[in-house]
Amino acid sequence: MPTRSEPCDNEMPIRDFSNFEPPMRNLMKIRWNARRPGYATFSLLAALLVALFTAQPMLAAGKLNVVTSTQDLAALASEVGGDRVNVIAIARGYQDPHFVEAKPSFLLNLRKADLLVLVGLELEIGWLPPLITQCGNPKIQPAAPGYFDASRFAQILEIPTTQVSRAMGDVHPQGNPHYWLDPQNGLRVAVGLAQKLAEMSPMDAAYFQQRLQDFRKRLTEAERRWDEQMKPYRGRKVVTYHQSWPNFVKRFGLQVVDYVEPRPGIPPSPAHVVELIGLMKRQGVKLILVEPYFDLKTPQSVARETGGQVVVLMPSVGGNPESGDYIRLFDQNVSLLVKAFQQTR
Amino acid sequence: MNKVTALLVSALLAAGVARAQDPPPTPPATDQQKAQDDRIRKLEEEVQALKDAQAALRPEAAQVGGAGGSAAKALNPDISLNGDFRGSLGRNGTRPVPGLEMHEAELGLQSVIDPYARGDVFFSFGESGVSVEEAFVTFTSLPGAFVARVGKQRAAFGKVNSAHNHALPWTDRPLVTENLINGEEGINDMGLSVSRILPVPGDLFLEATAQVFRGDSGELFKSSRKNDLSFVGHLRGYEDLTENTNFEFGYSFAQGHNELGHDFLTRLHGIDLSLRWKPLRRSIYNSLLWRSEFVWSRRDQLVSQERAFGLYSSLEYRLDQRWTLGTRFDWSQRATQASQLDRGGSALLTYWMSEFSQVRGQYRFTRYEGRQDASELRLQLVFVMGAHGAHPF
Repeated sequence: MPTRSEPCDNEMPIRDFSNFEPPMRNLMKIRWNARRPGYATFSLLAALLVALFTAQPMLAAGKLNVVTSTQDLAALASEVGGDRVNVIAIARGYQDPHFVEAKPSFLLNLRKADLLVLVGLELEIGWLPPLITQCGNPKIQPAAPGYFDASRFAQILEIPTTQVSRAMGDVHPQGNPHYWLDPQNGLRVAVGLAQKLAEMSPMDAAYFQQRLQDFRKRLTEAERRWDEQMKPYRGRKVVTYHQSWPNFVKRFGLQVVDYVEPRPGIPPSPAHVVELIGLMKRQGVKLILVEPYFDLKTPQSVARETGGQVVVLMPSVGGNPESGDYIRLFDQNVSLLVKAFQQTR
Repeated sequence: MNKVTALLVSALLAAGVARAQDPPPTPPATDQQKAQDDRIRKLEEEVQALKDAQAALRPEAAQVGGAGGSAAKALNPDISLNGDFRGSLGRNGTRPVPGLEMHEAELGLQSVIDPYARGDVFFSFGESGVSVEEAFVTFTSLPGAFVARVGKQRAAFGKVNSAHNHALPWTDRPLVTENLINGEEGINDMGLSVSRILPVPGDLFLEATAQVFRGDSGELFKSSRKNDLSFVGHLRGYEDLTENTNFEFGYSFAQGHNELGHDFLTRLHGIDLSLRWKPLRRSIYNSLLWRSEFVWSRRDQLVSQERAFGLYSSLEYRLDQRWTLGTRFDWSQRATQASQLDRGGSALLTYWMSEFSQVRGQYRFTRYEGRQDASELRLQLVFVMGAHGAHPF
């Protein structure tokens, strides 16, 4: 515990403030110093600013630096951009994208970004806006050419048609932001990204276009395969933890009857769990789909009561090692679902 | 006349011959075809009616004035209101607080101003009236990657000084803030702030902030002349130790004139340390934050210079999605008379109802130098309405 007698000032890690003087013993000296309180600090600040101004961060030459808010968007940007772009994602695929921490280390990537790709629809509202403001990079400020809101290219579901309020939980007034879970939306976003990258790097436009066509081809083939696999289970009813899956279930013909959360963002309550168990029993619902960042305790107890099964489904690329890119994300989820449907037939 | 009649007759005859050479007329339409034709005609009429209706609406819409129409609301700033209701049991003779108090209702108006700047304005409505908590413009598109803030703002001195009440993990502010950094108000003044991320090798994040203020921050700084400015500098470092753990450290400096006059300065140095653990896969359930701040004050007084020191150390652990436990240790001398030492300790429990409301209880014991010990139970309800704000970090 430091005490009063310790010479605290001398322990400071920065010593080049010229007006940090040794302890002053007489009033005269205080007065002399006080008459010029700001000049030394001013000159120091000016020197600091000049030094900083000249020390620009080194940018990776030739390649566009793309920062995405999620790994899904990073996967799509990589599909289109290939080796002509550097892609870095902020949130991990196994992380709740609503509750990412605005870590200063993200600023190190954002300040060098040529393009920021975000999900939009207020998914990142709790953490991305302060990062954008603090990063000091004019290229990626809202509405700047390097600000790419991917939701503008996607088909959005659950856009409220009536007045919304927080009585409904943490609702997204512009629609459900989990739109990337429809492969067609992935393709739409990829088309938008190919246009944007071509604008930013016209020399590589043909390359991006060729990669887009290749991605389209592979995705179309994969969709045929997924449709085939999911065909026997069209119309099946499921329960999900959070409202993350409207695009996915619509695409594959499933039906969500209820959620483990009573309302989006509100932890499950005992009363709601009882209701949920009753509903699942009445309607013969056996599957509970849970994102990897939610606790499994409540879903598992519901599954025990209903003779059902909990499936940890990946809402994002990188949710587990098997879902490493956009097509593998769906491969993984479809095979997990098929297996679970077979087991709960 | 005869010529004209002959021409007309021959023209009629020619027409008659031409008609006689046309293909025979189509057979009369069947009933089925007629019904189809009718349906198509009806549909066409309906489409035309809809088009007419739309066309009729359009000119009126175009006549609405520039500022009219609900579309203009889309440009309104984001509005939020943070409420902070407090209750207190027990006795504190040194710094008494009311038993029940609507401590603050903070109205926030935040918006992008133009392609170069954004504005953040917070009005604080409390029992003693309304004040501008903060009102500043942030210039986000400056050359050289600088970020500048102009206006009234909480200074970047340490961690607690720049935080609003509702974002703190306690119902109060630490004793070191009360004794050395102007209490709840803190260093909060009109001025200019410039910050920039410093280019350093590796993954270390380093940011420098320099601020110049008018020089008025309650009892801490008081400008008796126009050029009695106050200055704040902050150096902030941050490093991810692992994906789940990170460490943050900061050094702060503040200097300004005190209430004794132009010739009397108060200088503060501060060090802040934070260690966070938050597993990404379970971030909404478990986390740990240890944070400490150390502040040294050097204050010119009439006959001598007073040196005081204070610190707090706080630990909070999130048990699950709803419950957070916390504790804080306080130790601080007083700025004007360092021989007087106040000490305290707190235990906290926070219940998270939703992202938008929390209830907090804090048991606080304080031993004020030369005064009666204070033992209090403080309760707090914080809530937010309107625009979704950023999560505190």
